[in-house]
Amino acid sequence: MYSPAIIFEAVLNGLMTGAVYALIALGLTLVYGVLHIINFAHGALLTAAMFAVFALHVAFRVDPYVSILIVTPLFFALGYGLQRFVIGPASHGDDQNILLVTLGLSILIENGLLAIFRSDTRTIDVPYGFNVVEVGPLLLSQPKLIGLAGSVAVAILLWLFMVRTDTGKAIRAVAKERLGATLMGIDVAHIYAITFGLGCACLAVAAALLMPSFYVNPRVGNAFVLVAFTIVVLGGMGSIAGALIGGLFIGMVESVSGLLLGESLGQIGIFLIFILVLLLRPTGLFGAKA
Amino acid sequence: MTNKTPILSGDADRRTILKGALAGAAIIASPAVLRAQTPTVKVGILQPVTGALAQDGGFGRLGAEIALKEINDAGGIKSLSGAKLEMVFADARSNPEAATQEVEKLNGEGVAAIVGGFASPICLAASQAASRYDLPYIVDVGVSDQIVNRGLKNTFRLGPGFGTVTTAAVTNLVKLNEAAGKPAKTVVLVHEDGLFGSGLAKLMATELPKHGFEVLETIAHPTPSRDMSNVALRIRALNPDLVIPSSYYGEFVLLARTMQQQRIRPKGIYAVLNGAASNFRFVKEFPDAAENVMDCNHWHDPRKAKSAAVMKAAADAGSVWAYNIPLNYSCVKLLADAVEKAASRDRAKIIEALTNSTFEDHIMPYGPTKFVNGQNTGAGPVNTQVQGGDIKVIFPESFANAKPVFPVRA
Repeated sequence: MYSPAIIFEAVLNGLMTGAVYALIALGLTLVYGVLHIINFAHGALLTAAMFAVFALHVAFRVDPYVSILIVTPLFFALGYGLQRFVIGPASHGDDQNILLVTLGLSILIENGLLAIFRSDTRTIDVPYGFNVVEVGPLLLSQPKLIGLAGSVAVAILLWLFMVRTDTGKAIRAVAKERLGATLMGIDVAHIYAITFGLGCACLAVAAALLMPSFYVNPRVGNAFVLVAFTIVVLGGMGSIAGALIGGLFIGMVESVSGLLLGESLGQIGIFLIFILVLLLRPTGLFGAKA
Repeated sequence: MTNKTPILSGDADRRTILKGALAGAAIIASPAVLRAQTPTVKVGILQPVTGALAQDGGFGRLGAEIALKEINDAGGIKSLSGAKLEMVFADARSNPEAATQEVEKLNGEGVAAIVGGFASPICLAASQAASRYDLPYIVDVGVSDQIVNRGLKNTFRLGPGFGTVTTAAVTNLVKLNEAAGKPAKTVVLVHEDGLFGSGLAKLMATELPKHGFEVLETIAHPTPSRDMSNVALRIRALNPDLVIPSSYYGEFVLLARTMQQQRIRPKGIYAVLNGAASNFRFVKEFPDAAENVMDCNHWHDPRKAKSAAVMKAAADAGSVWAYNIPLNYSCVKLLADAVEKAASRDRAKIIEALTNSTFEDHIMPYGPTKFVNGQNTGAGPVNTQVQGGDIKVIFPESFANAKPVFPVRA
């Protein structure tokens, strides 16, 4: 039906979009892996980060890629504070409470953004927004290519952080055995907050990588988080490698099914995979046995 | 939500203040005039000024404001002893449910009629809600033929519907193609998957083959769409002579820019009722992507003297020019004429006056109005083309101000 070149280009487009999906899933899977909670505020926090990038661009003409340097530490601090002073204390150590607290946070953030920015869909216009990189016969969108590179770089950095640093080791220790980690003198509340902060920092980078080629409105995060949940389940809950590979794969599926079935039906592919994974391999590709 | 502040805040604020100052001066200067003031005629202006269609709603509102100001400055409704028209603005928030709620509110405010709606789904829902109160509803843009085919006595449309526009679009396209030596044979239709785009694509898909065009594929996309690279890829694979898009502003701009990015250059982009191809914002912001795009759409009659005055008023308000402005201007003028003839605020009498209306003081390329089942039978579209950063009329020849550039690709 389509020539292999067109299919190949759709696959590449999908990989590039999928990389940003992966970055969003990375934050979600990290928080789940360590805190063992599903963060329902993930989508709203992504929207908030996208609006932060948007506002910096509109108000101070900060380039979206430069704003990574500002928004990322800001969102790390925000995430740290949220876990340390809001989610942690409000949950009283009960996982069900955490679910409700994060759900409440998401409603609060979304409606706050709605009040400030109203429901309009907005974009930022950067001169390189429609630049292309020529690779042989292929014309690849420059912002998306940067998105792919940025996402992979963040995933590698995060992996190095987890493996090489003491804090990374502490995070892994807490994830594996909380009581044991406490007995070794690790401040669990601090580690929880750092992990939540890292999750938010991933979102901030994803937001900055998305904005040159994407729009933002107060509900935009939800669409991404649905996909991110699918990726986390596909890759295995709590697995960094799983999130990365799952993200790339889901992006590819979305793009190819969008090409074959049309834009309106393209997302069907993603959710078919979600159902199949739940039926056939509930632990995901890289997940540990429950 | 009723909101009476004008939309273009910067200039409008100044205007509002000026208006206030003038009103204040008038009170001091002539208290007798104030005492003689007759109650106003409330006019509901319904436009989507937030959400996906916010830009179009803003244009529509501006057109209505220009007309209201002109009518009031000229002494209001004479048959109602100079009663002024008072705008009661309602935000349709880009969805039919919100529009229906707003109609309820406008009815509660006691408006004599409602003008606007913009998108077909909004017009359908809002006119139906208004019909429950026998409230006259003048559709500004909404082109779905369903709007005037439901037998609603309260609903009137000044502009043309789908059937008329597609017939004209196909007829003009055939002429254009024949004049150029028939360079175009294959077509890809791209449309938004709502009522407007789907209906149009369906009509084009049945009409075009009758005139020797081959429709290679019909590609639907949602509104809002975040990415057009797959659509562009499919167009590139099919390599059609012509691309016929029917989408709202954001999506068409994305498509045109993505096609430019992917170096897809068909012999022509022939839009039908497109949200962007006849919009100066698109032409100014992305001149390369916009150049030579043709459109079959609503447009003002450049021969009418009043057109220039309305264009100037829009420019003074800091707005670029779009077809919604003359359409809404003309719709409000049509309503004012009907109220004048009815010499009443009574809804039934206004509906009767609209039904028998032969109004010709509008700036559209139509003759005097003649409504049959609510549709103005003389309404029709024109063909425009972006040429050298300007929007020119290329069809019909009777008032074209440029020759078509076709085929684009040498």
